[in-house]
Amino acid sequence: MDSMLTKRIIPCLDVKEGRVVKGVQFVSLRDAGDPVELAAFYDKEGADELVFLDISASHEGRQTMVDVVMAVAASLAIPFTVGGGIHSLEDMKRILRAGADKVSLNTAAVLRPELINEGAGYFGSQCIVIAIDAKYDETIGTWRVYTHGGRKPTERDVITWAKEAVERGAGEILLTSMDCDGEKSGFNVDLTKAVSEAVTVPVIASGGAGNAMHFEDAFKEGKADAALAASIFHYKETSVKEVKSFLKQQGVVVR
Amino acid sequence: MIGIIDYGMGNLFSVSCALDRLGVEWFISDDPEKLQNAKGLILPGVGSFKDAMALLDRQELTRFIQDYAKSGKPLLGICLGMQLLFEESEENGPSKGLALLPGRVVRFSGTDRNGESYKVPHMGWNRLKFTNRSELQNGLEQDYVYFVHSFYVETDDKTVITASAEYGVEVPAVVGRGSVYGMQFHPEKSGGMGMALLENYLELVEGKV
Repeated sequence: MDSMLTKRIIPCLDVKEGRVVKGVQFVSLRDAGDPVELAAFYDKEGADELVFLDISASHEGRQTMVDVVMAVAASLAIPFTVGGGIHSLEDMKRILRAGADKVSLNTAAVLRPELINEGAGYFGSQCIVIAIDAKYDETIGTWRVYTHGGRKPTERDVITWAKEAVERGAGEILLTSMDCDGEKSGFNVDLTKAVSEAVTVPVIASGGAGNAMHFEDAFKEGKADAALAASIFHYKETSVKEVKSFLKQQGVVVR
Repeated sequence: MIGIIDYGMGNLFSVSCALDRLGVEWFISDDPEKLQNAKGLILPGVGSFKDAMALLDRQELTRFIQDYAKSGKPLLGICLGMQLLFEESEENGPSKGLALLPGRVVRFSGTDRNGESYKVPHMGWNRLKFTNRSELQNGLEQDYVYFVHSFYVETDDKTVITASAEYGVEVPAVVGRGSVYGMQFHPEKSGGMGMALLENYLELVEGKV
């Protein structure tokens, strides 16, 4: 199709009790745990969007996340998504009213799929991202949906769940391959392609990014609309800038 | 002072944050009497056209916005706010818009002219192509901005379109006539380019006084 719509590169930041964790290695930053400062850094690097994953275990931590969202929204001129700990329409309201552009739902949507309808009905589909943790299961010959941070297998298969989520109003799918996550040997191209071709909304590939070529594969073969990575950016194994300039050379449209 | 119209359906916070970053004074209101005093207005909007028009009608803002625009004071619609400036929309059954600009709002078909299918919503960074002169585009180069929408404006009067983006069809992205302007994308989420476009609007508002 004729379009200059770009493929998006999305760094993901884990936030715990209001602080970015996983030891981001930026000597240039005054405070590498400050979500606002890191967000500004990635914005300057050319990130197209950001995802914040709240991994706080406590109620206080979740409250702090609202302050983080407000501070990020005040300083950042690119869109960002917040996931983690969102279980109800009230939770969505809290995060979106604080200035996030989208919320991502994972376990809560699997446990009660009507939550997607409620969120999309209230805020519009563009605000609702469904995060799916997928793992290949030989016994069923396809990918199975996992919940609770990848700890619990469910009875759902990924393609069917993705389609149902979109029918219920999801505006985007954030698809993480548990098989590839942390391996740095590339995104799961087969999984990404299968989901991207099954749904009518954009798909974000996640899990397995190790170098710039992996992004090219995710876009060209995996038909992903966006690709997310965490550690390779945080640990400076590559940068958003490097990935984008490589993609440009390979004929992938990026900003 | 910029007035941001609050009718219950916009990401007012992001827009006001962007204005803060540009160092301009603003206020948010749903009261026509207060909004009347603004040097320029911003009509934001996220959600469905029909719901938005119903809310504007209920709060007696429809007539007010039409009169304000006709008085020659600047008005900028953003995203759904831009779509509302046109005559009608097919979203959730036909409904009338503010009719300040000629055209109607239709849904992306999901299939382009070669029969190839594409994703809806149109979500992400797309490149602006300047097609007509506009004060909003003064001094700027064609660059990428951030879109999120499933409906777009169709118009026979191409002179109202000053910039467009390609997404299966030619998508009107910046529109304007007289003192009425619109942006289909989110300037407040479009990095440096978005801020520059907003800044041009603000300068134009200042210049009108």
